[in-house]
Amino acid sequence: MKKFRSFFRGTYLGLMLIFLYAPILVLMVFSFNGSKSMGRWTGFSFRWYEALFHDTTIMDALMVTLSVAVISALVATIIGTFAAIGIHSMKKNPRGVVENISRLPMVNPDLVTGISFMMLFAALGIKGGYTRMLIAHITFNIPYVIFSVMPKLRQSSNLLYEAALDLGCTPMTALRKVVIPDIMPGIISGFVLAFTLSLDDFVVSWFATDGIQNLSIYIYGIARRGISPKINALCTLMFIAVVTLLAFVNIRSIKEEREQEQAQKRLSHRA
Amino acid sequence: MKLKRQAFSYPYIVWMLIFILAPMLLIVYFAFSSETGLTFDNIITALTNEMYMQVLTRSVWIALKATVLCLLLGYPIAYILSTMKKRTAAILYVLFIVPMWMNFLLRTYAWQVLLDSNGIINSILTFLGLPAQQFLYTEGAVMLGTVYNFLPFMVLPIYSVLVKLDRSLVEAAADLGANPVLCFIKVVLPQSVPGIISGITMVFIPAITTFAISRLLGGGKFLLYGDLIENQFITLGQSAWPVGSALSFILLVLVLISMAIMRRAEHDAGEEGGMLW
Amino acid sequence: MKKIVFILVLSMIVCCFAGCGGSSDAVTLNVLNWGDYIDEELLSEFTQETGIRINYTTLANNEEMLVKLQQEDCIYDLCFPSDYIIEKLVSMDLLYEINKDNIPNLQYIDKRFLDLSFDPGNKYSVPYMWGTVGILYNTTMVDDPVDSWDILWNEKYAGQILMYNSIRDSMGVALMKLGYSLNTRDEAHILAAEEALIDQKPIVQAYLGDDIKDRMIGGGGALAIVYSGDAMWCMDEIEGNPDLAYAVPESGTNLWFDNIIIPKSSTKTAEAEAFINFLCDPQVAARNAEYIGYSTPNAAALEILGADYIENETYNPPQELLDKCEIFHDLGDFINVYNDSWMRVISYAE
Repeated sequence: MKKFRSFFRGTYLGLMLIFLYAPILVLMVFSFNGSKSMGRWTGFSFRWYEALFHDTTIMDALMVTLSVAVISALVATIIGTFAAIGIHSMKKNPRGVVENISRLPMVNPDLVTGISFMMLFAALGIKGGYTRMLIAHITFNIPYVIFSVMPKLRQSSNLLYEAALDLGCTPMTALRKVVIPDIMPGIISGFVLAFTLSLDDFVVSWFATDGIQNLSIYIYGIARRGISPKINALCTLMFIAVVTLLAFVNIRSIKEEREQEQAQKRLSHRA
Repeated sequence: MKLKRQAFSYPYIVWMLIFILAPMLLIVYFAFSSETGLTFDNIITALTNEMYMQVLTRSVWIALKATVLCLLLGYPIAYILSTMKKRTAAILYVLFIVPMWMNFLLRTYAWQVLLDSNGIINSILTFLGLPAQQFLYTEGAVMLGTVYNFLPFMVLPIYSVLVKLDRSLVEAAADLGANPVLCFIKVVLPQSVPGIISGITMVFIPAITTFAISRLLGGGKFLLYGDLIENQFITLGQSAWPVGSALSFILLVLVLISMAIMRRAEHDAGEEGGMLW
Repeated sequence: MKKIVFILVLSMIVCCFAGCGGSSDAVTLNVLNWGDYIDEELLSEFTQETGIRINYTTLANNEEMLVKLQQEDCIYDLCFPSDYIIEKLVSMDLLYEINKDNIPNLQYIDKRFLDLSFDPGNKYSVPYMWGTVGILYNTTMVDDPVDSWDILWNEKYAGQILMYNSIRDSMGVALMKLGYSLNTRDEAHILAAEEALIDQKPIVQAYLGDDIKDRMIGGGGALAIVYSGDAMWCMDEIEGNPDLAYAVPESGTNLWFDNIIIPKSSTKTAEAEAFINFLCDPQVAARNAEYIGYSTPNAAALEILGADYIENETYNPPQELLDKCEIFHDLGDFINVYNDSWMRVISYAE
């Protein structure tokens, strides 16, 4: 009975994993196909990878995606961290108002956020697709940073900051030496979150910008024109990048966990 | 003078007023204004126009079906994961997140390729001697794309609640003679309600507002509310902003209502749900 | 951990600046075009020749292009809209008056394509491509004669018919089937066309854009509405599908012209004119036309392409067919009636 149950469980998880991975794996396999067909295998080839790297439009789009992700995540992390520190020490009522408005971009459907940016930029006369995309991404990133930093601030004590000021620190030094180190994990996870959100965004960028494309916009354009094996090649590379990154992060955390466990064991031995 | 700590938030507050609050007010402004001043005409048009309502009900219906499917498929995943050894579960958990890290359009594009009449699925069918089928550009394809894209959003919050579940309660129930099914219904399920609720919110809301999926997998035959709004802004332009804003406003209200309902349910369940991040 | 994050961030910033750093003070033209509507190698050749960079963006249909060009903060320097859109842009005074002295290659353009009703005297536009709308069909799947629009309503081909996701083109087909003008302002005609399209919807496989080409080449449909240039592309011996054929109904069809324009808001008009002149060079125009498959209005380029092209009725339709064709005109605000009808068609569910 138990065996049957665990067999059933394994099968179910396996099926679900196949469902999740099959499309991506098929794309990846056919990125090495000699011909354009996605149904017939005609031989192994790297031609689509070559084509990918020679396609300046894709490379430009990749550059836009990466640079917007890095810059918007950085700016959002800086503004958001300071904002969280400030909001944390506000009185209850203004704090509630600011927090609720900050939640808007997280609650809003992407579509509505995108459209509202489109109208705002037209109203303000902000030209330049790149600037627009950057502003939009910074804006939807900040709340995620704020809400990753907030819990850490709640855990850390206000007294340390006050003490530092009393001991003659300027507010900036106090922040740098006392508060920031305390909330660093929150800041880092906020940055990573902002970075990935920006990397993945399609809807907001689609409406907010004009004349510039990130990878998502580019893929949407291509997908509306039919299928292109170059996109498969791109998909493969992105998949490898994601898996490497995740593996790196997880191996680290598993290692840390093990070290902690061992430390605990040693402690308990001594006791 | 001592700089108050809250001053650190002033740059952000300026940013927030310009880039978060003002755009929202613009939507409200366009939704409720005409050349002559305040008006409810746009909202009334958006709500009474038979076509808009037809599209809205269809979108809600498709989103509901997709959410239920995600729940039915996703809950067992979360449950099985939560009963596994911690380390195995952690690895499997990552496996379930990885596809989510891929670009949303790439994932949708993948299905476009797969379901194509010359795609791999039809090649397999023909290989087995079966007649090729038209998969792409059907409502089923739109549904499949939606479920595929949002399934992980259902698994994660449920898993994070189930993992924290007190196992001893289950054991106690079993000791007291409850059979596994009863155990599950009486002990596990009620405790996982907060996770289910945040899962539903995280699938239902994006599913209602999605627009690229129906274009790529539905072949323009199954217009959803998101497509309708996109169309107003992208192909009709500035003259359609008032009605487009009214449609967005309705969507926003719909989202807020569903979130309020969820929050209420969550409150009744008495515990905070696991968020994705 | 901190160190790693720091190094990571730093290296990313460096990467970014390295990437952006290239765009120094060279002029960049923002070009807006349809997908697959230029041989992209020509873009880099132009940059090599003149040092002018090109930021190339594509979109799906005329209506989207119009929206972008109407925006007050339009950033584009060069676009390729169709006849009726140009008519509208002229009436809205959104176009830059081209200085013909900067485009000597204009002399190669066939007189037939100059001085047309949407832009008398070609003050604002230079011909780029032209063609007809017709039916592309797969000869292995269709055994009826393809000589009228009615075949797109034939239930025998249920699930095998591909229509355009574009207001004027698809509404136009229904209007032509019913024998009405493509520019009708009679609401009864438009409602009749809407009804015809709704009747047709159950047998339509999809309403697409450029992806029609891939599907037809792959045998994914039996009948499709296409522009003649796309038909040429699909019937190409090497990249295309030899089973495909193109037909224009005997009753006539829509004749269209895509011209190059410069929006009034452009600040780089001299560079834009240089690019137009480049595209009108016979060698360049011939290569471009051969690559994308569309009919070139450039007489010298057509000579270079040779008899294969000149004698091809899809590529170079005979005059008696052209006489039966109708051109789209700008309908002003009346277009909203078309929009509403079309939206009802695509949102209709059985």
